[in-house]
Amino acid sequence: MSTVATILGELTPAYWQSTLLRVLIIGILVPTGALILAIVFLFKVMAWMQSRLGPYEAGPKGLLQLVAEVGKWLQKEDLIPRGADRIVFKAAPFVILASTFVLYAAIPSGPDPAFAANVPTGVYFILAVSSLSVIGVLMAGWASSNKYALIGGIRAAGQLIAYELPMVLAAVGVVILARSLNLQDIVTAQAQFHVLGDFGIALPFIVVQLPLFVVFMAAVQAELTQAPFDMPIAESEIVAGYQIEYSGFRFLVFFLAEFATAFGFAAIVSTLFLGGWYLPIPGLADDLQSGWWYVLGPIILFTKVMIVSFIVFWVRFTYPRFREDQLQKFAWKWLIPISLAWITLTSVAVVVWQ
Amino acid sequence: MPNIPGKGLLKGLGVTFGEMVQTLKPDSMGGGPVTVQYPHEKEEPAPRARGVIALHEENCTACMLCARECPDWCIYIEGHKYLAPPRREGGKPRQKNALDRFSIDFSLCMFCGICVEVCPFEALFWSPEFEFSEVKIADLLHDKTRLGEWMETVPEFEPYEAGAEVKVKKVPAR
Amino acid sequence: MTAVVPDAEQRAYVAAQAADARVNVEFESEGMTLNIGPQHPATHGTLRIVAKLDGEQVVSCEPVPGYMHRGYEKLTEVRTYPQINTLVNRLDWVGSFANEVPFILAAEKLMDVEAPPRAQHIRTILFEMSRLANIVLFLGDLGAQMGGVTAVFYGFRDREFVLNQIEAVTGGRFHPNFDRIGGIKDDLPKGWIAETKVAMQKVREFCDEVEDLLIGNEIFKMRARGVGVIPADVALSYGLSGANLRASGVDYDIRRDGGAPGLAYDKVDWKVITHVDGDCFARCWVRLQEVRESVKICEQLLDTIPAGPIMAKVPRIIKVPEGEAYAETENPLGIMGYYVASKGDLTPFRVKIRTPSFNNISVVPWVAKGVYVPDVITILASLYFILGDIDK
Repeated sequence: MSTVATILGELTPAYWQSTLLRVLIIGILVPTGALILAIVFLFKVMAWMQSRLGPYEAGPKGLLQLVAEVGKWLQKEDLIPRGADRIVFKAAPFVILASTFVLYAAIPSGPDPAFAANVPTGVYFILAVSSLSVIGVLMAGWASSNKYALIGGIRAAGQLIAYELPMVLAAVGVVILARSLNLQDIVTAQAQFHVLGDFGIALPFIVVQLPLFVVFMAAVQAELTQAPFDMPIAESEIVAGYQIEYSGFRFLVFFLAEFATAFGFAAIVSTLFLGGWYLPIPGLADDLQSGWWYVLGPIILFTKVMIVSFIVFWVRFTYPRFREDQLQKFAWKWLIPISLAWITLTSVAVVVWQ
Repeated sequence: MPNIPGKGLLKGLGVTFGEMVQTLKPDSMGGGPVTVQYPHEKEEPAPRARGVIALHEENCTACMLCARECPDWCIYIEGHKYLAPPRREGGKPRQKNALDRFSIDFSLCMFCGICVEVCPFEALFWSPEFEFSEVKIADLLHDKTRLGEWMETVPEFEPYEAGAEVKVKKVPAR
Repeated sequence: MTAVVPDAEQRAYVAAQAADARVNVEFESEGMTLNIGPQHPATHGTLRIVAKLDGEQVVSCEPVPGYMHRGYEKLTEVRTYPQINTLVNRLDWVGSFANEVPFILAAEKLMDVEAPPRAQHIRTILFEMSRLANIVLFLGDLGAQMGGVTAVFYGFRDREFVLNQIEAVTGGRFHPNFDRIGGIKDDLPKGWIAETKVAMQKVREFCDEVEDLLIGNEIFKMRARGVGVIPADVALSYGLSGANLRASGVDYDIRRDGGAPGLAYDKVDWKVITHVDGDCFARCWVRLQEVRESVKICEQLLDTIPAGPIMAKVPRIIKVPEGEAYAETENPLGIMGYYVASKGDLTPFRVKIRTPSFNNISVVPWVAKGVYVPDVITILASLYFILGDIDK
């Protein structure tokens, strides 16, 4: 393991080598693995909650369902409506996909070189980049030349922008405790967060920030346009909203972007609130630079991501959807006041006890 | 339980989680999905299930009642009269009907059962067989040979509940 | 008969018709016209609703039925009574036994024949079971239209138990075709009563599950309370019936008030459920409680089936004497009635079918003024119609 550490340590100075490694892992391996498992996880969990077994024929027990889905979508006809704005229509899915992949770049999956970019203002960067997808949604809604798409796009714009604020405020509480915007520093802060004194193990921030965790999860659910906040895609009302005119490869891009974003946000939640790639394993708990973390870190992060996305999907399959104005009221009257109150409490607590 | 706001939300989560656990439990513990994985496992329909119509040719006299009463007119019958030898010496030859063609077009059939009910000679029976799909719609016109083959799948009539005054009918021996 | 129409005129005519149906972005100053349907997941079939929107609010709204018209009333003029019985199953196709009953009752009135008590009893049991099948589907579908997709699967799953029992006795899950003039077709197979009681228990558990998952959910309550309020006088004037009427506070149920001869409701202890609000939540809640009442009725009927014959003395070929008769019953969707006019033939002279969903959706323009687009879906979901019932 120490040899792996030295090798990876030696790689960091050489720019093109580390870039290649990072592109390979972050750009290709992680999203692909995430997508395959996310989609199967989603379909299987949805099925189990509905007393059935889900995809079963593609691959052993249905694990290759994503391959089947990709094949199916690729062989469909590429339709562009007659009145559609061709350039904007074609570009919209890729804007959303791009903002998702940039999101993956800043999430640490291990100590120092195990991620693509150690952005000093990590939290700020992530929240800013994730809001680029709103542009893609609006582009899709307008360029489709379809009334349903327009309604979906406008609902999405209102909803996604409204829920940016609770997300930012919820992250502020974590930032106050960690005293840094850098995601790697937040993980190390949780590794040293002995809030129960020097005897207890390091606790993740969720323990003292539970209301902010709930607020952040609600905001994440809204940013992903999942039920109960799935007005933009309300399937039984406006039949897929802004995605309605997309078919074939372009719809596949929307589909993949949705799951990649879900996993990306779940990774952010795990990093901010659940401790990221760190777990207080006896023996390794204090040695954050040990080579073992390069192997265990991604596995731990992945497990936490699965747990968080399970919660996201669980809520998605259970609740009916909000109406637009109820959605906005929920954000402005409930989520924002709660998060502001808790931030004040956190700041006071930090000053008093440290 | 006190009326905490959000109680309904948590109960809903509990219902779906409980359902998921129930589906994942192994069969021995009474769990499992409610669905049947069709090509690999098959369910038995009820004995009275209206799957397909079977014809017992010996009883049929080509009286045309079923063809007339069918709401879709999907039964095609052709028969001819012939003279059978007299039953005893010195008697008249009897005129009998012979069945040439008895076809049911299952692409039109509504599976209503009027033909089975109306037949005075008990020549038509319901069978719960449902796996007779074809690739071409014209292949769904089945002739009397196929209808006779389906007689194998006709179950015996079941006994009735207590208090019934109807007598249980018998399927003729094949 | 072909008229020679100049090409340009023909093209202009077709373009005008297409402009009405085309869905694209138009810069109208008074708002946007949105076609909800006819192909839409939320309407139970091919119903088209033309809504004029101002932003997200509905200015005016008009249902355009008829996409599924199959010409039932004309078909009945050339079909014999058993054949009509088969066809009529397909009107309200989720609770299909219930469609046969008023027709058979009207024909029995004309023939002056009464079914024996055992037949009436079993007829009522199957009638209530079709009500269960229908409204369990409604409760599941409520989830689908509101966005909680899991409830659909629970609805269909628990409906299967009821359908299996209907199949065990009639042979058909969806289209039983079991009622006959003068009684019913066949008697119950052995063991049916015990199995049906098990199915009833499953339906009861389903009601509790739906209450936890959907009706008691705060989000559902926010969506449905106060939306689409129909006061009692408006409901009566538009001809609403069934749970829609009872949710607006009108205490009218033909099972108790109409005194339909031929069904065994007077031998059972049950109550009529009403609600004062008249909003979407009230309609959903009334239907949930009605399922529970139906289960109670079924269980009481299952315990007390009298012994006896199942068919009265009726000739083989049915020729109904001359006359006119109207019979209506409390179907799962509302009040369904058949007006049968006969001239003494094998086929009726004219049958007029009064279907509940046709009147139920006539209130949509009144109720959907000024609500948001999602609320239109909530209102349609709570009014609950089946297209076969509207369009015949």
